[in-house]
Amino acid sequence: MASVTYTQPPPRRSPGRRFAAFLYRHPRVQLSLLLATPLGWLVIAYLGSLAVLFLAAFWRLDPFTADIVKDPGLQNFQTLLDNPVYREITIRTVKIAAAVTITDAILAFPIAYYMARVATPRVRNLLVVLILMPLWSSYLVKVYAWRVILQEDGILNWALGPFGLHGPGFGEIAMWLVFSYLWLPYMILPLYAGLERIPDSLLEASGDLGARAGRTFRTIVLPLALPAVVAGSIFTFSLTLGDFITPNLVSSVQFIGNVVYANVGVANNLPLAAAFATVPVLIMIAYLLLAKRLGAFESL
Amino acid sequence: METRSARIALRLATGFTLAFLYLPLAVIALYAFNQKRIQTWPISGLTLSWWQKAFHNPGVRDAVLRSVEAALGATLIAMVLGTLAALAVNRYRFFGRETISFLVILPIALPGIVTGMALNATFRTVFEPFGVSFGMFTIIVGHATFCIVVMYNNVLARLRRSAGSIEEASGDLGADTWQTFRYITLPLTKTALLAGGLLAFALSFDEVIVTTFTAGAVQTVPLWILQNLSRPNQLPIVNVVAVSLILLSAIPVYIASRIAQESGILRRR
Repeated sequence: MASVTYTQPPPRRSPGRRFAAFLYRHPRVQLSLLLATPLGWLVIAYLGSLAVLFLAAFWRLDPFTADIVKDPGLQNFQTLLDNPVYREITIRTVKIAAAVTITDAILAFPIAYYMARVATPRVRNLLVVLILMPLWSSYLVKVYAWRVILQEDGILNWALGPFGLHGPGFGEIAMWLVFSYLWLPYMILPLYAGLERIPDSLLEASGDLGARAGRTFRTIVLPLALPAVVAGSIFTFSLTLGDFITPNLVSSVQFIGNVVYANVGVANNLPLAAAFATVPVLIMIAYLLLAKRLGAFESL
Repeated sequence: METRSARIALRLATGFTLAFLYLPLAVIALYAFNQKRIQTWPISGLTLSWWQKAFHNPGVRDAVLRSVEAALGATLIAMVLGTLAALAVNRYRFFGRETISFLVILPIALPGIVTGMALNATFRTVFEPFGVSFGMFTIIVGHATFCIVVMYNNVLARLRRSAGSIEEASGDLGADTWQTFRYITLPLTKTALLAGGLLAFALSFDEVIVTTFTAGAVQTVPLWILQNLSRPNQLPIVNVVAVSLILLSAIPVYIASRIAQESGILRRR
């Protein structure tokens, strides 16, 4: 019987293959090559930028030449504390962000509950898509739509007219309304996910032990849904806090963002802008730490 | 479990919330066919002429091209960087591994105005001495920075779900690192790359705040809208652009719901 020999082609020793073998033997080198560009980008370009911004908050503007003087000091923060206008703007921003968060939590609860516990799977999937759709629609388009609705000759005043009523016009109420509209989907989705995770057996047990629907809701559903509400509130709160376009378009009052924007652009006072910009960042860091303690990060 | 009346109340509240979400979009859609140039209600008649005018408007055309250019550039950069980071985090245990997820989410978690200002200040001090002024390049750099997170999350989720043994098997069968990437890793993550890429594209296409700080004289679609909102004459064209954007947002929604289906947010039971 003739024997058949199988000959393997000799492995190619191209430079690419040699380099691949080198990488295989040196996983640390491979890791460094993988991480070099993304980390270089994020650490050098982004964190570096943030660090420069943070430093700039301690610089000041020479009052005569309007040049930036780079000797560190706290004078910008002093200005922010002393001037009642800045305090007022900060309080207004936080107040509206809080109002928006509460409004969205209240509006989101019934629909999220319906999706999680009542709707059939088909209806539920449809509702998720229906909520994602406005979430992905252009931000500016949504603000613009409200401008058209709220304006003097707009549809709202037309609808309220026969009842002798008048819409809120442009101002703080309009701002609250538009922000609540913009970020509502960001509250519904985590809340829906949170409510869906509550086991049916808990609610049944509560009923078996004699609790009425209202009591079950207060003592079982609400506490278990709280982390999800907090998770959603991270979006509603922080997105409102940093915005300056909506306040500009539907009101004439200022947010922290408006002052920052004006100081970067028109007034060209980067140090003051940077100092004021640290305010929402600090508020958000405090908020995130609180949210973490309430277990919100597991619900994101 | 819920009583009958509670179910009815929930259904009504759900209907109310949906109406709240969709009525503003419907109003804009109607105005896009408004005969008159001024935006009063009720509208007097319907016309298609604004659509034709918007289509031939040079400002709109230019803004759309710029936006596509910026979104493509940002998506490509984010795709490469996000995938590299995801591969590193999935394959290796190293010091600071946990911080990477935090680092990539930071540009989108911080208020847009902070990211915008930080990049603005850096571009001014780092790029301008080299003769790179504000424009398409700085827009792409800014957008790529906050788009990395979508690519990273999508690719990492896919890598975690797929067995690492397939890549090892490929190596055992004689494939080198490049061949394994080309024939195993890439096909495995292809749909995640596509999905993440579309989401990144949508994110970039719609971004205003960071863009206002990095655009210079270049006008993307959101910046064009922002500028023309204060020009009453242009509002009919803005309406048409607005409705087109609402219709276009169905694409990322479709993709997002597909991803949600995979990750179990939507269930097919």
